[in-house]
Amino acid sequence: MGWLGETVDSVKSIQIRQLLTQAISLGMIVTSSLIIWKALICVTGSESPVVVVLSESMEPGFQRGDILFLHMSKDPIRAGEIVVFNIDGRDIPIVHRVIKVHERKNTGEVDVLTKGDNNPGDDRLLYAKRQLWLHRHHIMGRAVGFLPYVGWVTIIMTEKPIIKYILIGALGLLVISSRD
Amino acid sequence: MHSFGYRANALLTFSVTALAFICAIASFSDKFSNQNPSAEIQILNINRLKKQSYGNDEVSLTLDISADLQSLFTWNTKQVFAFVAAEYESPMNSLNQVSLWDVIIPDKEHAKFRIQTSNKYRFIDQGHNLRGKEFNLTLHWHVMPKTGKMLADKIVMPGYSLPDAYK
Repeated sequence: MGWLGETVDSVKSIQIRQLLTQAISLGMIVTSSLIIWKALICVTGSESPVVVVLSESMEPGFQRGDILFLHMSKDPIRAGEIVVFNIDGRDIPIVHRVIKVHERKNTGEVDVLTKGDNNPGDDRLLYAKRQLWLHRHHIMGRAVGFLPYVGWVTIIMTEKPIIKYILIGALGLLVISSRD
Repeated sequence: MHSFGYRANALLTFSVTALAFICAIASFSDKFSNQNPSAEIQILNINRLKKQSYGNDEVSLTLDISADLQSLFTWNTKQVFAFVAAEYESPMNSLNQVSLWDVIIPDKEHAKFRIQTSNKYRFIDQGHNLRGKEFNLTLHWHVMPKTGKMLADKIVMPGYSLPDAYK
């Protein structure tokens, strides 16, 4: 029974080492993605530097599934800019164009009205109750560039979460089963 | 090292990188295009200048807009969004911009146009400062590419004014 105990011990020690190595490499992958994401937030000055277009309200310019790169600077908000904003109480950001701007002389505060290019009317229906204008703190960033179709991955993963689990499971299996 | 998984992974990484590079170059090529758009706007008629029931001034007008934006289109252009905004100053606001009319231009053929229209969106002031007000009409355009960086610019046409009394 001595050799059995020896074999079990040697198998256990190899497995634990390998497991720890793989756990560390997985941890490295996750943390480096997080670092890149936070760095992007810093560079673009916006809380969410990349957004996916979810609705058809800006067609034919932005289709559902495109991704937009955002940038936020201290420059004043002007008509024609495509901005991404959050309505109080809703967490899905909306991407529309500014059509009216009223900027106060004394404070520099600004009242903004937006509208989706493909929508018949302006966004007052979307704003919170009794809210007529958007203000600077609602706006998360200006759209400065875009890539078509790439956002479909996110849309599919959000609308059918089962695919997200399958993907993560498959990735996990790949990492565990790989030898180097 | 030569399993299917590794080869698929390498292929995927390379193709994504190559695609990203091609998109970046396509966007960069837009820098070399020569652009000289032109536009002219006339106010045909001021239809109404009134004070709304809760105090703000509102104007309704008819515009004659002619523009040639054909030089803005490159092979990487998906559409050009053009709009006309009235810009003016008021005692409380250092800048007011009100979009009066806009259009989506899908291709080069539609980029040279002349249209007579009343304002698509209501021209409402914050307050009652519009009598006798002088304002600029600015044609803004926004070039949306098939991929990459968007470009926006404008032509400012000063010298328009509203009547001195409500009508």
